[in-house]
Amino acid sequence: MTCILETQGLCKSFGAVTAAKDVNVRIHKGEVVGVIGSNGAGKTTFINMVTGYLKPSSGEILFNGQSIIGHTPRAITRSGMARSFQVAQLFPQLSVLDNLLIAVSAAQSPFPSLLAPMRNASRIAQADAILAEFDISRWRDTQVTAVPQGVRKLIDIAMALIGDPQMLLLDEPTSGVSAEEKTALMDTVMRVVAQHQVTVLFVEHDMDVVRRYVSRILAFYSGEVLADGAPEEVLANARVQEFVTGGPNAHTRAAQ
Amino acid sequence: MSLFAVLIDGTIYASWLFLVAAGLTVIYGVMRILNMAHGSFYAIGAYTAASLVGWYFNNGIGPVWVGYLMMLGCALVAGLIVGLIIERGLLRFMYGRDEVLMVIITYALLLILEDTMKMIWGVNPYFAYQPYAEMGRSALAGLKVSNYDLMLVGVSAVLGLGLWLWLERTNQGKVLRAVIHDREVAMAMGVNVRRMFTLVFVLGTMLGTLAGALTAPAISVVPGIGVEIIVLAFAVVVIGGMGSIEGAAVGALLVGLSRAAAVHYAPEFELFVIYGVMALVLAVRPQGLFGRVLARKI
Amino acid sequence: MRLSKTELILLGVAVLLAAGGVIAPQWLVFLLTMALAKAMVVQGVVMQMRAGLVTFGQGLFFCVGGYAVGMSGHFLNISDLVVLLLIGVGAAVLLAMVLGLLMTRYREIFFAMLSLAFSMILYGVLVKSSALGSTDGFNVKAWTLFGWTPAAGQAPLALFIIIVACSGLLAVLLHRYSRSSAGMMCEAIRENEVRVEYLGQSPRWVLYMNYVAAAAVSALGGGFMALSAGHIDPEMAYWITSGEFVFIALLGGTAHVAAPFIAAILFAVVRTYAIELVPHSWQMILGFTLLAIIVFLPKGLWSLFTGQARRAKA
Repeated sequence: MTCILETQGLCKSFGAVTAAKDVNVRIHKGEVVGVIGSNGAGKTTFINMVTGYLKPSSGEILFNGQSIIGHTPRAITRSGMARSFQVAQLFPQLSVLDNLLIAVSAAQSPFPSLLAPMRNASRIAQADAILAEFDISRWRDTQVTAVPQGVRKLIDIAMALIGDPQMLLLDEPTSGVSAEEKTALMDTVMRVVAQHQVTVLFVEHDMDVVRRYVSRILAFYSGEVLADGAPEEVLANARVQEFVTGGPNAHTRAAQ
Repeated sequence: MSLFAVLIDGTIYASWLFLVAAGLTVIYGVMRILNMAHGSFYAIGAYTAASLVGWYFNNGIGPVWVGYLMMLGCALVAGLIVGLIIERGLLRFMYGRDEVLMVIITYALLLILEDTMKMIWGVNPYFAYQPYAEMGRSALAGLKVSNYDLMLVGVSAVLGLGLWLWLERTNQGKVLRAVIHDREVAMAMGVNVRRMFTLVFVLGTMLGTLAGALTAPAISVVPGIGVEIIVLAFAVVVIGGMGSIEGAAVGALLVGLSRAAAVHYAPEFELFVIYGVMALVLAVRPQGLFGRVLARKI
Repeated sequence: MRLSKTELILLGVAVLLAAGGVIAPQWLVFLLTMALAKAMVVQGVVMQMRAGLVTFGQGLFFCVGGYAVGMSGHFLNISDLVVLLLIGVGAAVLLAMVLGLLMTRYREIFFAMLSLAFSMILYGVLVKSSALGSTDGFNVKAWTLFGWTPAAGQAPLALFIIIVACSGLLAVLLHRYSRSSAGMMCEAIRENEVRVEYLGQSPRWVLYMNYVAAAAVSALGGGFMALSAGHIDPEMAYWITSGEFVFIALLGGTAHVAAPFIAAILFAVVRTYAIELVPHSWQMILGFTLLAIIVFLPKGLWSLFTGQARRAKA
């Protein structure tokens, strides 16, 4: 299996606070990796560093074998790594369709046209296609501010997928969504993602959601990777239970 | 010799700039409002002082020192009243809105106040030269300097120090700095941010009118002096870092000395120099010399 | 290049306006010409606002456009209108290409203050320049067009028809720009710049293009103003002038390309009467109107027509 993303000795401190300490991770093509950890454990910092939003204090990040340290989020996105956000980052005053059209336009060219209309038939077709995949076509012409939270998260992910990335990082895709909707949302997301053949890494707090989809788990605590491996072994790990999942029976409570 | 003249001129100009910029920077620091109407407060202070002092001295009413006190007192009262009206009557309904929108709102205030002043005081110039003339001149290293100007330097130094001490050493000051750092957290900790805003805005207004009153004896008070001064005060505040008293002081010195140098050596560049320095500082350090960068959160 | 319905209407209105100019009294023609010139500058401000930036220094390009026209006539003896305007626009574009490198690094209040600073720098330079007439400025020579010299009485109407034609074309171009990928990207940047970066687009590049384009449009207005008023002075770069452009931009709103034209004309008409009736209260009226717009009509006057006013408050 080819290694698509690798971090070596990644460290990040904000003054006295250590957000990442010697993080060594190898993600392979086609994997679906879950990232767990309590709040402040360094999960979002990890994603921010890997996608170029933050510069690591030290360490190396390799995407498809190339170093991407110092690359901007823009460059990293163009090289094939896209992400979604904990709080859906959309264009609130524009319609859902326009949001996606902008994503399509951005993916097509770094130099947007000054006169040719953005809303042309081919772009609209692409946007409509992905709306249909996510089953949110009925929100097509609604302004984003009027769209419910769950749908916003889907749009956020759709915008990341439009550029046909090789790797997708989802930062808490089900956060802000009610417990009953979580599973349905993730089902939709993972179904679409599977069709696009993308390597996925997602941050998630709900252990049921995690176990349902992943082939591998990364557990973070206090900026370090506590455990890294198959779900059964990571979740059974005593330290993971102590610092992350909160007790031996916590993750089975929902199943009862 | 010329260098010394530049130093003296520059320092005098700087102290005058600092007096005006202090109020502006304090208001921005706490409330995140870049108040374009601050120039109008300055003008109101100048007009109040000029008209009252003129009346006082022309009618030879009493001793000179009472005249001075009255001049300053009236300016402070004017500042208090105007500040309260504006904050309670308009601004408090606008908090939380976009910073640039607040600038536009204060710009509207500037327009309104400029014409209000014309209504109250007319368009003819006011002169209140008596305090300036009364104080006479001194010789400083061969140069004749007006004592009034020297007093101005002293007053602005005292004011600057006082403000700084208040912010750094007193409890009130600490609470204020907490609000500057993070308004929401301060509110959550029980700080009455609303009352603080009123207090700070009125303080800023009073500083503005005080600056105008102190300057009035040295200039002719005409419509438009508020507009003239605000662009200079902006430059000082932006250079020094918005919200920082030390920044306003350093910015004022920088602008004052640069301008004095320009006036003495290359008069064509006088206006250019002030904005050139501002553009340069912004290009290198966008938050100003002592300004804080606000972290972006996603 | 097919024209959409809106674009046809814009051009139609332009034709009507030009025709109306033939029968209208000269003072009205003069007023409308200046209003349209100002409207062009305002279009530049609106282009920035669409990208989320408020500029307090668009007077810089207004002034550059005007002075380039005036100076070309005075020092280079160029009188052809088209050449003059091209020089004005060219000068502004060159300046904007340099300044834009710096300006696009800033947003919000720093952008506003920096734009103010550069405009005031030009003001300061012009005021101190005796060769250019200092605060008095200087007169702009009469224009010609492809060799034709209009008679003294014909010139104002001729210029009016020319500026109406240009306004119509500009409106169509800006309409297209606002719907283009670049124009929509500007709105996206306003809405969420970080997301735009994460979509693989460079906000700086888009804003840079927008900045330069806005400078060109505003300089065109400056050039026309110089030709119409026959006079230029440093006041064109003064921050109060820039404030006026911002006012008109807010008055009209950013929703439709016709709004700045309508707002500018309305402003010009109201101002003419206000200055006559209440010369010392005109600024106060402006101030109160501005406050009223901000409080009640955040999307500008245009929102009254589209019902967005109600929706904006909801």
